[in-house]
Amino acid sequence: MSSIRVTIDSDNCIGSGQCALTASSVFTQDDDGFGMVRPGREDGAGDPLVREAVRACPVQAIAIEED
Amino acid sequence: MTDTGIRATVPSVPPAPSFPQDRTCPYRPPESYGELAADGPVTRVALYNGRVVWLVTGHAEARALLTDPRVSTSRQNPDFPMVAPRAESQHTVVLPLLGVDDPEHARQRRMLIPRFGLKRVNAMRPQIQAVVDRLLDDMLAAGPGAELVSAYSLPVPSTVICALLGVPYADHAFFEDRSRRLFTAPTAAESTAALDELRDYLRELIARKETGPGEGLLDELIAERLTEGEVDREELVMMAVLLLVAGHETTSNMISLGTYTLLEHPEELAALRADPTLMPGAVEELLRFLSIADGLVRVAVEDFDLGGRTVRAGDGIMISTSVVNRDAAAYDRPEDLDVHRSARHHVAFGYGVHQCLGQNLARAELEIALSTLFRRIPTLRPAVAPDEVAVKPGDTLQGLFALPVTW
Repeated sequence: MSSIRVTIDSDNCIGSGQCALTASSVFTQDDDGFGMVRPGREDGAGDPLVREAVRACPVQAIAIEED
Repeated sequence: MTDTGIRATVPSVPPAPSFPQDRTCPYRPPESYGELAADGPVTRVALYNGRVVWLVTGHAEARALLTDPRVSTSRQNPDFPMVAPRAESQHTVVLPLLGVDDPEHARQRRMLIPRFGLKRVNAMRPQIQAVVDRLLDDMLAAGPGAELVSAYSLPVPSTVICALLGVPYADHAFFEDRSRRLFTAPTAAESTAALDELRDYLRELIARKETGPGEGLLDELIAERLTEGEVDREELVMMAVLLLVAGHETTSNMISLGTYTLLEHPEELAALRADPTLMPGAVEELLRFLSIADGLVRVAVEDFDLGGRTVRAGDGIMISTSVVNRDAAAYDRPEDLDVHRSARHHVAFGYGVHQCLGQNLARAELEIALSTLFRRIPTLRPAVAPDEVAVKPGDTLQGLFALPVTW
């Protein structure tokens, strides 16, 4: 099974919180309200909702790189 | 049409149906909107002044459009379409946030994002709960019987946004009245007068805060942004107007209309009562189902294709969120209210960079206001027949003028 790496482009993030609401095991918001990947969860933690979160992000700020 | 300055570049034969139209049932789009959707994901409609614009009814097309940099939300663009006479004056007013494009929009929004993040909003939940409980204490003491909009659905978000911004709630009758006029006045002059009064009020409030700071977002913006020159005073005044107005009108409509909708769907309400953990999902479903901001507006600044149509620079574009959120390609049984469904991906808050700044505050208010109302007044019911419920007209935020209830 190939591994993935999840990143958020914080320059594009508008702080909607969709990622954290959709896949809270992988995403949260920092203290300033911007989306972030939870430390240690950059591999997506096997959560199928990560791809839902990519789709939910209103500004396409989440990227999944396949290794 | 040249003498009126109205551009009608979209082909208008055969005659385009008029948009927006009034809802008959407060929680469903007008029946005629279904016919518009049958014409394809992008179709043509005529605005009140006869101008023909594109109407987007497809879910995929709406999301594509709302993330497309070839459209603008600037009211200063002379081709920006207005849905009612009252809005025409917006051509001369720069509306921060919702009326500016990136990069200016991003600069303004990033000043506000920290205050509307999930952590800050979740920290406000006990305060929201206290507001809701106090209002219900009063309602129960005065009842049985109340008018829900004035007793509950308006004061909840008004109180919360006042606390968040640092605006004195004692002034609520003034700004609620002017907000209502802003959204429902028949003429541009009356709408502009209401806007001017709100600006004057917030300009004075901000001036007072500069010498005597209080606690709230406006005080933070004065201390962190105004004094640093990152925002000028008039820009801050207009941002304050928008935050104050957007912070209570929208959520108020959702609370009263959401309450009525659940009362009209007793099986869904029973499911919610049986399992309160369904409430966050139910709020998402109500947002989808009710789509109270039913007519997002853009203007094309370049030519592009959308949903099999060719949009030209200068064309006006409307998005019916109520129809988009009932696209059968995106939702099973879209006409049904289903509190068990995952209504994720709805466009009730918009999509793209302009997606609602206050969406998570709205979610928290709706979850707390609806769950507490039905828990504390389990026998709540409308005190009027369905045909007596006063529905707001189609050219403004959708909702109810009043909702008499009893228990």
